[in-house]
Amino acid sequence: MSAITDSGDVKLSGSQSHWRRVLSPTGNTGDAVFRILMLLVALLMVGIVVAMVIALARDSMLSIRQFGFSFLTSQRWDPIKGQFGALPFVYGTVMSSLIALLISVPFSLGIAIFLVEQAPHYIARPVGFLVELLAAIPSVVYGLWGIFVLAPFLRRYVEPALATVLGWLPLFRGSITGIGLLTGGIILAIMVTPIISAVVRDVLAAVPGSQREAALALGATKWEMIRVVLVNGAPGIAGAVILGLGRALGETMAVTMVIGNRPEISASLFEPSYTIASAIANEFTEATGDLYLSALVELGLILFLVTFIVNGIARLLVWNVTRRTGGVGRAA
Amino acid sequence: MSVSKRSFQLVTWIAILILGVVALACKGNGGGSGPSSVSLLGAGASFPNPLYQKWLSEYGQHHANVKIDYQSIGSGGGIKQLKEQTVDFGASDAPMKDEDMKSAPGEILHIPTVLGAVVMTYNLEGISQPLRFSPEVIADIFLGKIKKWNDPKIAADNPGVTLPGADITVVHRSDSSGTSAVFTDYLSKVSPEWKEKVGAGVSPSWPVGIGGKGNEGVTGQVKNTPNTIGYVELAYAVQNKLPVGQVKNSSGSYITPSIDTVTAAAAASAASMPEDLRVSITNATGPQAYPISSYTYILVYKNQKDAGKGKALVDFLWWGIHDGEGFAKDLQYAPLPADVVKRAEGKLNSITANGAALRQ
Repeated sequence: MSAITDSGDVKLSGSQSHWRRVLSPTGNTGDAVFRILMLLVALLMVGIVVAMVIALARDSMLSIRQFGFSFLTSQRWDPIKGQFGALPFVYGTVMSSLIALLISVPFSLGIAIFLVEQAPHYIARPVGFLVELLAAIPSVVYGLWGIFVLAPFLRRYVEPALATVLGWLPLFRGSITGIGLLTGGIILAIMVTPIISAVVRDVLAAVPGSQREAALALGATKWEMIRVVLVNGAPGIAGAVILGLGRALGETMAVTMVIGNRPEISASLFEPSYTIASAIANEFTEATGDLYLSALVELGLILFLVTFIVNGIARLLVWNVTRRTGGVGRAA
Repeated sequence: MSVSKRSFQLVTWIAILILGVVALACKGNGGGSGPSSVSLLGAGASFPNPLYQKWLSEYGQHHANVKIDYQSIGSGGGIKQLKEQTVDFGASDAPMKDEDMKSAPGEILHIPTVLGAVVMTYNLEGISQPLRFSPEVIADIFLGKIKKWNDPKIAADNPGVTLPGADITVVHRSDSSGTSAVFTDYLSKVSPEWKEKVGAGVSPSWPVGIGGKGNEGVTGQVKNTPNTIGYVELAYAVQNKLPVGQVKNSSGSYITPSIDTVTAAAAASAASMPEDLRVSITNATGPQAYPISSYTYILVYKNQKDAGKGKALVDFLWWGIHDGEGFAKDLQYAPLPADVVKRAEGKLNSITANGAALRQ
């Protein structure tokens, strides 16, 4: 705050002070005002995040004191008996998002490459528009579609087939109901695909045409040329995937409709599971008792941490990859 | 320079406009709470929300000076807000617990408004007549002890019905819900094992099954998955024409859930209703009583701080348990039996403000 009053004084007196130079190297008052505004906006964002963490930590104190570290390792969630453990929710959240990314990243890359490199304009435009339209569908609609269309389809065709072919893996054993971790992951994949593909499309489009021309001129095939483009766009593509991951981790309504909502860790992808966001949405409205509420708030805090850690790991991976491909150029 | 001047002017005008609108809005709010009109705010259970909304619109047509809002945020939220005195009345499906009553800043009265029921719904191919369930069978299915549809215990309830040998998939509510509370309250009464292992509450730790969000989530999964069984509210099952099971009551007869059999359950246990009207009527006696029934309540403070508001609230609730009951059946709620209306009248008569009764 002091920066503003200082600069205000400086502006009025018109003296060439240190602050004035910091705020506006060009010496233009408009620039200085703009700079302060942007700084405030950026600080506000940081402030909101910090305030959220403090509020979550404060309201979950009761639960943190009661259960300590065992909250993270316990698999028991029994509101009636006052026993709370978050592990099944963390597992469900991370696994469903992982499944979503495994499915959606290849699809999104394919869509983006097709739209930028292959499709003629009269196809690329409407298809691109339709993909973006998918992002505007409310998640509750995805959820209902999941129950009434996707789950029966998976139960009848996909899951029996997976069980026969890959049944030797514990991942694809168990009772086939069409509701469970796999269905949750697939619905998330459908939801994050438009986000990832739209961003990747813009990233690829931003790679300079000269890169393509250079590759082709050196005798590269179309596929080899696309690989050059992908490597150039790698940081941007990684950013797109992280954006999609964020959506998948926090998604609530659509997942809760199809994941089965059972706080249990099971090796099978066919069995029901539960995510943190779904648990909060499901239980917060009717939660009575301070400890119960506090445990739900602590779940929120853990979701915050999980998002933070997963994002951190993703960024580390990106940094590793871009460092190794070292200076091929940062087109995006 | 002139450009920035003009834009500064624009910003100033916009700021003045916003300030003006805000000022007007504040004034509008202030005007609403004048002496001639009263506004009441309520929050709580979502189960009776359609009925309460109907009440508000009907009552509002004849009482233009009383403005009442009801937010269906769930029973837990309703109790919490009432205790924090941010609302004028709360609403809950289950009666408040003793410790909640004690920690409230004043004495809270329970006014029963209507009744609801929880029904068993299922998806079994080739079964045309309603399935019958005895209490032990329902408990064992939800405990995971009965795993197949052709289990001899289910067959014993349904002589002459050919049951498939398929696995039973149990579907329960995933969101905390009064419906789950009523259902588990019933199971705790009829099965000692359920009481010990799971207990009763809005969000129990289910031994088996998959969770669906809301009545629509449970219904969706039951409808779309063969060999499932789940439980939903009576009103929801009737409106969506779901297959509904008959449940054996404590008199030994299999009862089809309906408005009449739910009211019968209330009437059968009216005599034994405690003084504060907080009662569970699951597993009611009475030959026609449907056993998984329950009241839903509006919660109010016995001592109202504001006489004007208190009077409006008491008058509204009085209207509700008399004229308002007439709207219940159309919306698939069971109206209160006459004895219970009398008991509720007594409660409303006891509400005071500054020591004076609000209803003469």
